[in-house]
Amino acid sequence: MSLRIERRSGPVFAALAILAAGFAAEIGHALASRPATQARLAEEARLVRVLGLTDIALFTEARYTRHPSQADLNTPFQDHPLAFDHFPSGSLMPAPDLPTSGRMGFSEEEFAK
Amino acid sequence: MIRWLRRQRSLADYTLAALARRRGKNLALVAIYAVVVFFVASAMFFAAALRSESTAVLADAPEIVVQRLVLGRQDLIGAEAIDKVAAIRGVTDVKGRLWGYFYDRINGANYTVMVPDDPEMIPEPRSVIVGEGIPRARGFTWKGSPLFLSRETGDLKKFRISRTFGTDSALMTADLVLMNEADFRDFFGIAPGFYTDVVARVRNPQEVAKIVEKAGYAMPEMRFVTRNDIIRTYQKVFDWREGLLAALAGAALLAFAIFAAEKASGLSAEEAREIGILKAIGWDTRDVISMKLWEGGLVSLGAFLLGAVTAYLHVFFFGGTLFAPVLKGWAVIYPEFDLSPHIDGLQLTTLALLTTVPYIAATLVPIWRAASADPDAIMR
Repeated sequence: MSLRIERRSGPVFAALAILAAGFAAEIGHALASRPATQARLAEEARLVRVLGLTDIALFTEARYTRHPSQADLNTPFQDHPLAFDHFPSGSLMPAPDLPTSGRMGFSEEEFAK
Repeated sequence: MIRWLRRQRSLADYTLAALARRRGKNLALVAIYAVVVFFVASAMFFAAALRSESTAVLADAPEIVVQRLVLGRQDLIGAEAIDKVAAIRGVTDVKGRLWGYFYDRINGANYTVMVPDDPEMIPEPRSVIVGEGIPRARGFTWKGSPLFLSRETGDLKKFRISRTFGTDSALMTADLVLMNEADFRDFFGIAPGFYTDVVARVRNPQEVAKIVEKAGYAMPEMRFVTRNDIIRTYQKVFDWREGLLAALAGAALLAFAIFAAEKASGLSAEEAREIGILKAIGWDTRDVISMKLWEGGLVSLGAFLLGAVTAYLHVFFFGGTLFAPVLKGWAVIYPEFDLSPHIDGLQLTTLALLTTVPYIAATLVPIWRAASADPDAIMR
């Protein structure tokens, strides 16, 4: 009578190997689709350049979600003072992070005049 | 080497047999573990793809946008501003732009209406070029349906759709309506000599900050948005969104950590007895630890691979079905786009370490104590 050891690891290792192969295939897929992606992005970038687009069209409901980079700085109070944010995507779309580049109107010489 | 491999295989066999004794519980553990990895990895793939696409594309956004502010809101800008901006040294190619929003009362959607500047893109009179979202929002069923737009009673205008942007560029163009200048001014009632904003190019990109500073002195009533500002805004948008997702995923990870620690460290009397018996029949501490390493490794590697593979399929082959409602839920018009596969190796490694290492540690630490104790003491 021969001693047969029940090998449980066989099927489990096979399953892990399949998963690992799937994982490797995904990385391969991401690498293989890179040229097509690049061509598509180049065309999209051309449109951006030609049309002068500034923002992505993910949330189209309000101007501060459609064009966050161009939005007014009073974004949170869009409709009237103390107005609550009207659209739920406001929670996914933070207020624009633009440094103020303005200045208070006059210099010392101007003031002396 | 072969001897070592055989030993490891036998340890794996033993571990699996031990796991099979509590099959339901362990399968549930792997399933929950995989679901947690799936959610975090999906969010990561989604955000990474969106981020890489928008940063690549927005690198060509206008260098400087000049807006006129009245009462803190953007107002129409007069043509004289074009000359003022053009007079600044280093600035080239200054143009007034016409664009704005049109709220469509028929379906409650917001369109972005623009006048293109490139001769190739300018539609013929009474024609428009539209993004792919507009025929969808209007429910056009046949090719060649005209677009009827009306701002007020009695001004219904018919536009022929001369071209529709494809889904390839939907992320940028989904809600666009391109008109020629005459149609735009006529439809929106914008007097000649007024523009929405002014865009400028700069001969030397290094000088943008300096030019904006100079222009800010000359025209304090204007606001200047540079390409860097745009890119920074998006950086912040994605950081913010990823932060939100990470906070949600963090809660899931924490719950899972409690579950795993409970399962792994609450060394049951039965498990302690098992270790005692193993030690009594001659296993040494090292064997017990290797066995537990196998257990932690098999469970966490299996769950990680399962979660990561399904997350990739979910995001790039099934269009992120589970996240889509979050992105598409509120606006009437939304881009229908396929994300281009993009894997951030660093992120994926972080995820792998973040999910597998704590679990393996949680299984090992309590066993260490039990395994190094006297078998007689454990079994008693």
